[in-house]
Amino acid sequence: MNLDFSFLNWAVISSFVLKGFIFSIQLTVIAMLGGIALGTVLAMMRLSGKTWLVMPAAFYVNTLRSIPLVMVILWFFLLIPLLIGRPMGAELSAIITFTVFEAAYYSEIMRAGIQSVPRGQVYAGYAVGMTYGQTMQLIVLPQAFRNMLPVLLTQTVILFQDTSLVYAIGAYDLLKGFEVAGKNFNRPVETYLVAAVVYFVICFSLSMLVRQLQKKIAIIR
Amino acid sequence: MKWDWQVFLQDTGGGQTYLDWMLSAWGWTLMVAVLALIVALIAGSLMGIFRTTPSKPLVWIGNAWTELFRNIPLLVQIFVWYHVIPSMFRPLQAVPSFILVVFALGFFTSARISEQVKAGIQSLPRGQRYAGLAVGLTLPQTYRYVLLPMAFRIVIPPLTSESMNIIKNSSVAFAVSITELTMFAMQAQEETSRGIEIYLAVTGLYFVSAFFINRVMMVVERKVQVPGMIGGGK
Repeated sequence: MNLDFSFLNWAVISSFVLKGFIFSIQLTVIAMLGGIALGTVLAMMRLSGKTWLVMPAAFYVNTLRSIPLVMVILWFFLLIPLLIGRPMGAELSAIITFTVFEAAYYSEIMRAGIQSVPRGQVYAGYAVGMTYGQTMQLIVLPQAFRNMLPVLLTQTVILFQDTSLVYAIGAYDLLKGFEVAGKNFNRPVETYLVAAVVYFVICFSLSMLVRQLQKKIAIIR
Repeated sequence: MKWDWQVFLQDTGGGQTYLDWMLSAWGWTLMVAVLALIVALIAGSLMGIFRTTPSKPLVWIGNAWTELFRNIPLLVQIFVWYHVIPSMFRPLQAVPSFILVVFALGFFTSARISEQVKAGIQSLPRGQRYAGLAVGLTLPQTYRYVLLPMAFRIVIPPLTSESMNIIKNSSVAFAVSITELTMFAMQAQEETSRGIEIYLAVTGLYFVSAFFINRVMMVVERKVQVPGMIGGGK
């Protein structure tokens, strides 16, 4: 068959694809920041050693990690309107879902990062008279964060890939933008191909950056 | 709200109940996942091995394969297999879409398995490879009799989580109208408006499937454990 990409000019890109691209980025950034914040709280709860904090956090993380993301997206899209009593747009629903879902994954990364700091560091903090909060903030977390930064960023690349799954509830993201353009010009084959290339270029460049960063951090350590 | 579990006994209009439909959807989920896992294990092991050989072209192929299938979202890969590839290679138009999804999911997962197999082989002491070559084994023989038997045992735990991921990821097949569990959930929810009951049942089946795979892999792990290794038991 003959591929014809000529219809994909700037006007088409800006009227169909750009809107979706912006939403995908928006979704990724909000879910990353929200997910890391919520994930840190969950990780702290799991490491606190107090059963009434450990149990709910472990339940939250393990449940979300064993359900397919598409099902989580569908669940939230069904439940949020029932809880708040009015319909909610697919885009907003997706933002809430991804923040809550990614928190489970980020929290596991944070937990591993904090646990990778030798216990002696905590004792050293106490020995020089610091409180628990000071030890965490000044000694443990800075080291933990450096250890886990590459993994956190890799997870963010995965998060960006996963945003394409909002397809299930019809939110308008990057993939949807390409799909709509393809339908309008009756060129689905070309648009899916271009979509794959665009996703690849973005994710591959980000992965490369993460790898560079990893090397840099490894040398400092 | 009130529960209405009887929804599963309702007729779908096609002479079967929603329960029948859900069980057949479960079958599709398991079939897609298991076949994709086989594809992923074969392709992923091969590419992982390539990446540890001394041959530069093979290393390049393995790296390129891994980067290609890892950096495109699964849903986009499924669309490419479903829409793009059959239109470029005509004979593939006769292939059922279910097979295309198996390859999409299998190759996607193979990128991650290739990483783990590579890491498994590299975690072995370098001396093992040299020892194999020193006693006169060829490179393929060294892999077959010295490196791989240990490497595969080492990567069983990450392979277990990949196998559980593949069950979860098979849900993306809904996008090309494979009647697996997620597709069933979406359609049955629309038809019956009993979304919560339907979603609960489907989520439960995903749990059960992942748990089952987890148990199977644990049995495998115990069967093949090497005495004297960490986690190897007696």
